[in-house]
Amino acid sequence: MAYKRNIDRLPIIPAGAKEHNVTCHYCIVGCGYKAYTWPLKTQGRVDSNWIGEDLSKQQGAETEAWYAPSMYNVVKQNGQDVHLVIKPDVACEVNSGLGSVRGARMAENRRSDITGTQAQRLTEPMVWRYGTWQPTSWDDALDLVARVTARVIDKDNENDLYVSMFDHGGSAGGYENTWGTGKLYFGSMKVKHCRIHNRPAYNSEVHSTRDMGVDELNYSYSDYQVADTIMLVGTNPMECQTNLFLNHMVKGMQNGAKVIVVDPRRTVTVDSCEQVAGAENVLHLAIASGSDLALFNTLFTYIADQGWVDADFIAKSTFQGDVAVPEDAAHPASLGSFVAAKAACKMSLADGAAVTGLTEAQIIQAAEWIAKPKDDGSRRKTVTGYEKGIIWGNDNYRVIGALVNIGLATGNIGREGGGVCRLGGHQEGYFRPSDAHVGRPAPYIDQLIIAGGGKVHHIWANDHYKTTLNAAEFKRVYNRRTNMVKEAMDARAGATREELVDAIVGAINAGGIFSVNVDIIHSQIGQAAHVILPAVESGEMNLTSMNGERRLRLVEKYMDAPGSAQPDCIIAAQLANHLKRVLRDEGRTDYADQFKGFDWKTEEDAFMDGYNSGNPEVTYERLRAAGNNGVQEPVKGYENGALVGTKRLYEDGVFTRHGREDGKALFCMGSWRGLQAPGKAQQQANHRFLINNGRANLNWQNWFLDQKNDFVMDRLPAPFIQIHPDDMAELGLKPGDMVEVFNDVGATQALAYPEPTARKNETFMVFGAPNGAQGNVINAGTNELILPNYKQTWANIRKISDATPAAARVSFKSWEVEL
Amino acid sequence: MKCNRLVDVGRRQFLRGGVLGAAGAAAATVLPARQAQAQSLAMLDYPSTKLGNVADLKVNEPMDIGYPDADSPGILLKLGSAVEGGAGPDGDIVAYSVLCPHKGFYMSYHAEDKTLNCPGHFSRFDCEKGGQQVWGHATQNLPQFALRVDDKGDIYAEGADELIYGRLSNVLQG
Repeated sequence: MAYKRNIDRLPIIPAGAKEHNVTCHYCIVGCGYKAYTWPLKTQGRVDSNWIGEDLSKQQGAETEAWYAPSMYNVVKQNGQDVHLVIKPDVACEVNSGLGSVRGARMAENRRSDITGTQAQRLTEPMVWRYGTWQPTSWDDALDLVARVTARVIDKDNENDLYVSMFDHGGSAGGYENTWGTGKLYFGSMKVKHCRIHNRPAYNSEVHSTRDMGVDELNYSYSDYQVADTIMLVGTNPMECQTNLFLNHMVKGMQNGAKVIVVDPRRTVTVDSCEQVAGAENVLHLAIASGSDLALFNTLFTYIADQGWVDADFIAKSTFQGDVAVPEDAAHPASLGSFVAAKAACKMSLADGAAVTGLTEAQIIQAAEWIAKPKDDGSRRKTVTGYEKGIIWGNDNYRVIGALVNIGLATGNIGREGGGVCRLGGHQEGYFRPSDAHVGRPAPYIDQLIIAGGGKVHHIWANDHYKTTLNAAEFKRVYNRRTNMVKEAMDARAGATREELVDAIVGAINAGGIFSVNVDIIHSQIGQAAHVILPAVESGEMNLTSMNGERRLRLVEKYMDAPGSAQPDCIIAAQLANHLKRVLRDEGRTDYADQFKGFDWKTEEDAFMDGYNSGNPEVTYERLRAAGNNGVQEPVKGYENGALVGTKRLYEDGVFTRHGREDGKALFCMGSWRGLQAPGKAQQQANHRFLINNGRANLNWQNWFLDQKNDFVMDRLPAPFIQIHPDDMAELGLKPGDMVEVFNDVGATQALAYPEPTARKNETFMVFGAPNGAQGNVINAGTNELILPNYKQTWANIRKISDATPAAARVSFKSWEVEL
Repeated sequence: MKCNRLVDVGRRQFLRGGVLGAAGAAAATVLPARQAQAQSLAMLDYPSTKLGNVADLKVNEPMDIGYPDADSPGILLKLGSAVEGGAGPDGDIVAYSVLCPHKGFYMSYHAEDKTLNCPGHFSRFDCEKGGQQVWGHATQNLPQFALRVDDKGDIYAEGADELIYGRLSNVLQG
């Protein structure tokens, strides 16, 4: 039997309940929600309630006057127990009242002492003492962190301090918190050995589009509603950006848009597009894995040869000449003019078809849908969305560049119904001092740690164990190195603080690493930590972020933090203050002075110190007034009581993201060169199955809250791997059997899920699961700028177990709707 | 034209209060709404409602029902093979709400794989697995109605295990 809550009645929100603006803290779309809170012993009535509806009657479809049990909880607010309902906001332009299977569980995924949800949340600092983690005060924990850290850093050399820090918005990210950590590590310090939450280096995921002058979030979601063609590349928005798909792309299709989906796999996005637009208006280009660059260069060549380009736009807004930026160690392809790119990227229909596995007719049809001018000669409005399929795919720099080439050539950037944009994972919320000192290519942190690099490691909401590549080896080494420190600490139980710090430093000088973990839960890499510091998420603090169309909103704090957990920005400030004190005590006064400027009391102080310093019009008060529709960045001013934003970038045809003074966009000159990352071609040759991988609708990123959500874990008690039924039969597999996926770099496990639409020998495994890390079988190969290549992975598969009792409850039916 | 299928099919099908008009025989088996409400002042006090008789059911052909009252449409279904939670002599009779718990659209039954499918946003639920959401946007599995079958083969609904879309109390409060 499926999991059921057996909740058949919910408290009614009363008239006068407190109402808070909430942007969903999960995906980049950032749907608007409203959080309602009211005292525990009260509620509204069927004839007198928050919405003025007669709740003694059945409500109709899409009603505002209903909420699910997952949208309800009991939480603390200013120390008092209150009812909490978080429900979708019908007035928010992003989602128009739609809730996703993630966001509509926000309330249920809050920590509650009353209902017992999310008891896994960290509530107090812990330090490794007496052979396990012991609770302690913030001052005690931070003193230990500061003393050990101070021993390995100095004014001109901070290279032994390694930092893993999120750079995203939403969730526990946001402008306040990226500024807090950014000011500490890039302001007070100049830490070079750092990485971001989802990749092993501190780099952009989309270097090439930025180098070409085109920011990766340049449109407005409304562009999907007025486009003639929607092109989706390596992205599955029905699952991963659900309400962008349902509330904007679907409207575009209903308005007549055709859809091109480039993906080796038939996703639910393909099926849903066919349901809405009709199969005749959907072109699914199921290319050979990793051949995107060949497809885009062929399309670019064909479109240019047909003359389906915007010559005026190319002349006025793009670089004229030959090469503007030559290929070098920091640029995996040259950048230059349209003419130069046309020559460099030239690929015939025959060659493109051979590499991609498509027919020439399919490529021509795609080119027509993308670029063929309408009968009246006007531009075909084509909007392009891309994401991890190419960001974490073969030859990142050149592939993204080649896709942006098509947008530039056809004049589809900075125009209504256009845009070439990544669809995104988390929301954004980046405001930090310059990271130029990190360098490009950035250091490959995970491999450096494996090689023995780093003495102290500060981790801010990263879980390498679940979400890095070459994860099996990383875990082996990291466990060994952190255990060296734990053993040294255990051996000095009862020692003074000074003696303990000496023991830790002795262990790290012998090859150990001291690990400090800031997170909201006790993560998997947190099992290796010596100090654990509890952080909060949005809603437990005020937090600002922007979504995939640069829409900036403030989530208003609606509940107390769990225990003594604090915002990351405040933790960073306290750590800075402790470092300042310790350095001063040690007589390192000049260095101590670098840690000034962290006297923040609240997250709003951090916001004003950071984001507001660069955007003086933007304040919490003004964002509160802007509500769930917020303002689209960049903010241009404040007029008539409202912030004035920017609907779409580059409408003036001036491109700036690369910093060139001439404002001219560049084309990318990257030719096709096969599987680029080291070891991929050999792995393909030696293993039977493609292990394609990515996210599923239900599971948010590395499942950190979902792993304690019964509704989610009932559906997927372990990660799934979709396999063609014929392949399953050959392997002797029944649905739900546990398989081992193994190759030259590691092994992991998954539930076998039959998928008749899968191509034979091509599987898809969900990423980031706590009990089957897909990264174990991803090799260490990256592109030149240290962008991981997850998608091109090959392995073998064998059965290791019959279905477990949990798996026996699982439905293995098709995901495609039957109407 | 298929372009208006999303959402509008659900709108057309979900006729508030009128669902039993289309349900035929099931209408007579449901308690008058007022009587059901009168019994429902306490939590979990569900009406015992006769939905039909085992003899009326054909394998894999759902019968329209209303439970706990006429405004809450559902189906009564004999699956043809025993399932966990199935009622009746063969352990294969189940009953579900057919309002999608995501946005309340009226779902249709797909006999080939025994699923309920939503025209609104394409969620689907497995009638052989307790209404588990196979794929979709709802944050709960489908409300399943508890069934009792008496010696005469009469089938009674006597409870539900999830909140039904569109009501903050499964048994409407007066």
